[in-house]
Amino acid sequence: MGISVAFWLLAAIIVIAALGVVLLSNLFRAALLLVLCFLGVAGMYVLLNADFLAVVQILIYAGAISILLIFAILITPQVYRGNPFGRFRLPALFISGLMLAAFILVTLGTHWPTPAAAPGAALGGSTILPLSPALFGRGGALLPLEIAAMLLLAILVGAIALLKEKRNDRA
Amino acid sequence: MIGLEHYLALSGILFAIGLYGALAKRNAVGILMCVELMLNAVNLALVAFSRYLVPGVVLLTGHIFVIFVMVVAAAEVAIGLAIVLTLYRRRETVDVEKADLMKW
Repeated sequence: MGISVAFWLLAAIIVIAALGVVLLSNLFRAALLLVLCFLGVAGMYVLLNADFLAVVQILIYAGAISILLIFAILITPQVYRGNPFGRFRLPALFISGLMLAAFILVTLGTHWPTPAAAPGAALGGSTILPLSPALFGRGGALLPLEIAAMLLLAILVGAIALLKEKRNDRA
Repeated sequence: MIGLEHYLALSGILFAIGLYGALAKRNAVGILMCVELMLNAVNLALVAFSRYLVPGVVLLTGHIFVIFVMVVAAAEVAIGLAIVLTLYRRRETVDVEKADLMKW
């Protein structure tokens, strides 16, 4: 009962915030609503017994990524020009409506073999303990983890190289 | 009773909203924000699958996927904003319809 109420509340928050992100003309307010949407998704992770992911969601999405986006909005002063729609508004609406209909039909039309047992029952408490061997242990995702570290390093160097002020940049 | 279908439907709605914004917006930062919405929708679906389809054993493959999606999303937004700022510095605009330098 409590979980149902929390789900519908969070779902309403997420959908309204996401619609605000797309429809609001003030880009800064859209970014703030994006933070609200991220926080709603973090609440969904809590409902799904994914406590570690909820914390990481708040840290990375609601913290780091939204701060980066807000900085970019403030540095490129086009907030006053708003966040207009382009030429492809109607085709985009058509395509995304089509995809939404496909998602809903497939989701409702498929029989998902969910077991009768209470979901997540075997997990018991936190997911942090079982996550670490799944990431670092034998047969875990150690190689992708190292590649992700290399990716982050490459991204850092690439961002610095892109943004470095060159001497004769503006000629 | 909230089941897997509810989470998947919510994920689909969120993905469709993000897709609409990413296709229809002109501001590059707005498009990046909508891409983040789509990534969040996918993460939600992955976590829901991980909880509902294999509840009997501790199999956290969906969680591992979500962690890697988050890493790539952080990388994507960092490099995307660097490109947007470079575009703004060169052409004084972040309108993607004016960024037609590579258009045949």
